[in-house]
Amino acid sequence: MKKQIHVRVNGLETELQVEPRMTLLEVVREQLGLTGAKLGCDIQVCGACTLLLNGKPVSACSVLAVDADGGDVLTIEGLAGQGSLHPLQEAFMEFGALQCGYCTSGFILTAKAMLEENPRPGEAEIRSYLAGNFCRCGCYQEIVQAIKRVAGR
Amino acid sequence: MEETETGESIRRLDYEAKITGRAQYLADMKVPGMCHGKILRSPHPHARIRSLDTSKALSIRGVLAVLTRDDIVKDQGIDPYYGPVFKDQTIVAVEKVRHVGDPVAAVAALEPEAAEEALSRIEIDYEEMPAVLDVSEAMAKGAPLLHESVRMPPHGFADLAELKPVEGTNICTHFKLVKGDVEKGFAESDYIFEDTFTLPTTQHCSLEPHGCIASVERDGRIVVWSTTQNPFVVRTQLANIFKVSVSKVRIVVPYLGGGYGGKVYPKLEPLTVALARKARRPVRIVLSREEVFYTITKHAAVIRMKTGVKKDGTLVARQCEVLLDTGAYAEIGPRVAKKSGYTAAGPYKIPNVKIDSMSIYTNRPPAGAFRGFGVSQSAWAHESQMDVIAAALNMDPLEIRLKNGYEEGSEFVTGETLSSLGLKSCVEKVAAAIGWKEKRAAQPNGPVRRGKGIACMIKATITPSISCAVVKLNEDASATIYTGTVEMGQGSDTVLAQIVAREMGISAENIQVLGVDTDVAPYDLTTSSSRSTFHMGKAVQLAAQDLLNQLKQIVVQDYGVPPDQVKFSNGRVQFLETVLDYQEILFKRFGMQGGTLVGQGQVKTKVTHERGVKTTSSFWFLGAGAAEVEVDCETGKLRLVKYVTAVDVGKAINPLGCRQQLEGAAITGMGQALFEEIVFDNGQIVNPNFVDYVLPSLGDMPPSIEPILVEVPHLEGPFGAKGIGETALIPVAPAIANAIFDAVGVRIRDLPIKAEKIFLALEEAKKKL
Repeated sequence: MKKQIHVRVNGLETELQVEPRMTLLEVVREQLGLTGAKLGCDIQVCGACTLLLNGKPVSACSVLAVDADGGDVLTIEGLAGQGSLHPLQEAFMEFGALQCGYCTSGFILTAKAMLEENPRPGEAEIRSYLAGNFCRCGCYQEIVQAIKRVAGR
Repeated sequence: MEETETGESIRRLDYEAKITGRAQYLADMKVPGMCHGKILRSPHPHARIRSLDTSKALSIRGVLAVLTRDDIVKDQGIDPYYGPVFKDQTIVAVEKVRHVGDPVAAVAALEPEAAEEALSRIEIDYEEMPAVLDVSEAMAKGAPLLHESVRMPPHGFADLAELKPVEGTNICTHFKLVKGDVEKGFAESDYIFEDTFTLPTTQHCSLEPHGCIASVERDGRIVVWSTTQNPFVVRTQLANIFKVSVSKVRIVVPYLGGGYGGKVYPKLEPLTVALARKARRPVRIVLSREEVFYTITKHAAVIRMKTGVKKDGTLVARQCEVLLDTGAYAEIGPRVAKKSGYTAAGPYKIPNVKIDSMSIYTNRPPAGAFRGFGVSQSAWAHESQMDVIAAALNMDPLEIRLKNGYEEGSEFVTGETLSSLGLKSCVEKVAAAIGWKEKRAAQPNGPVRRGKGIACMIKATITPSISCAVVKLNEDASATIYTGTVEMGQGSDTVLAQIVAREMGISAENIQVLGVDTDVAPYDLTTSSSRSTFHMGKAVQLAAQDLLNQLKQIVVQDYGVPPDQVKFSNGRVQFLETVLDYQEILFKRFGMQGGTLVGQGQVKTKVTHERGVKTTSSFWFLGAGAAEVEVDCETGKLRLVKYVTAVDVGKAINPLGCRQQLEGAAITGMGQALFEEIVFDNGQIVNPNFVDYVLPSLGDMPPSIEPILVEVPHLEGPFGAKGIGETALIPVAPAIANAIFDAVGVRIRDLPIKAEKIFLALEEAKKKL
């Protein structure tokens, strides 16, 4: 039995018909074709599926789409402005904060949420806030450097 | 060449797509008409399949096909047996299952849920059989056999031709290497050390799971999109299984979300193609995280090391026995055992060496390639034992390594002469960076003790091997690179573009590196063994030189200039008083804005036999690591304070890319050293998820990881470059264990080094006081 939900995705008002069992990640990836967020562990541990729901980072693999009804969703595809990248995207490229790129969307969105909570985090806070995102290629030092650069602005 | 981009950390070509979420990975792709596949897996480690009944599964709405052994053994168009070294795997189980997770059947359905539902309706009658669950059980007298006989492929890998299963046993392969006479060497030694070291089974844990989309066209052509690191090997295997020529098999590889060795050789492809063939529709299968753990692992190992030394620390003899748990299928285990064996005695000049390195079948999921390829196992043993020896002789661990370490011109175990060897420089640089000389500083007050440890390594790359490349020069003087090298995060696209850019004097920004498609790209053996920069880098360099030669020929023919008057500089051609850019030369040749020049390059490394001596490796990986740790004597808790890694990169084409590879490999090494371990219970994995199998996160990182690039150029590498992807991982675990010994005087011999192991070792040590 499908249910209609209404979400704002990357600033666009969107009506969707979803099965009650579907996750937010499935809906965003399969129905909207926004595949920047990835399925990694499926049990909200690795952070690859992170999306911002009402400004807060969530593991979209473990959020039911129906629970996002009425919410505001930001995915990596909606982060860049017209013709310009977000400062976090620029900094990640400048410092080499990614290799395979599978975790990147999750790291950037989590970092964005952190900087909104606290625009000037110290290194310890950055390390702790992002400890729930895995980067198996091991770009952790570059990720911290990139975020510090943006936080310093 | 004056202005060059080689040696510069230019922005990677894959970044813009990845940073905006637009980069396509396998699970992001859809093919028209695509349906979904799911796999039914064995719950038993070893069991005969008495019967299968799929009728109830077929009645589920939306189910298109169920694949079982009946489909593959009765079909004349299929050879159900395959495998990269021995044909000991089947598309789905035929007579019996050999590990928990072994594929038994597969379902294709319109929706994943229907496929899942159908799996639960397949009825299978198993007859459980006794299983061998580790190496010692597998080697015991009268142990049940995994494979009664093993089929050999028509054309095996050249480097593995002499390795065969030992009949009537579970020994998959036994690699032997002898130099001098170890017994004589032990007799001449002042001291003899015997130690056993172990490593558990671990997993690559690419954040991207394995996935495959397969389509069998009406004319029998097979098209596969796959998360593979070696598309050409997969192509060959599929051609053999489905009895077609390789021209009828097309493999397309999107960006990989990490590989680390876990995506080499066939994984899902044979099953997905067979299912698509039966369903007559394209099928997509993407593994769950749990399935990934059952698909491929890193070899657990038991390593016995006996070493004879003189009083002054000179190594006289070393005997190594390496037992690698290769799981239920050979996969690439035979080569892992061989590579592990080659360098099991470590990067040291030892006159008498005897090595026995075996891959052994057990009823566990198959083990295969993992970054470090058998050497992270053997190095755990030889580097730990070097410090055991140093401590007993009251020698400095740095000094004993420098005293015995290989240097330019040293003779390797095989008898060949080693060259381009930055080993000692790596060792000295990590020692300086970790503050080795100041290591005897006063210990802090309280229960916490500090220590420093060092380790080094040598590893061979796959030899012989082949890399072919095509570079196209377009009419506007931009270039397109066609290769089989898979961009899996290591930065190969960028490095290949930088090499062509430098060779041709054009900007890397004007170079497009095409994603891998075996219909278009020329042959490449594999994206593994840290080989792409050296081999494919050289191939694209040769292809670029071929283009320059063609440009030169045009100038000679169309402008009537003597060949020796033609000079290239910064993307321009000079002759007499004239300077032309490539675009103008192409215009002259084709008479209009259009046309293409195609350059090609081939690299073929070989094993040479000179004076009875075989070469083992087209180049050597050399590196060292140093760790500083704090250990809490009351709890065993370990804190990594600092880690330094130095690698001989030959020549850094993209220094930032090199540092990323060094740090990344070191971090994977930390996970392997400190907490990663697959736990089995009767062949079942207890922790096939990221809650119970712990990966290193930012919270586990030391405040500083320092990568050091040592450049000892290699004559045959592009601009002197060597491969570096695996090197930095290998010294991590022994460097940390050696630092723990330095801090608190206990020797950990079994990975991973969890706090409780240190605590128990400390308790044991107290009892002895």
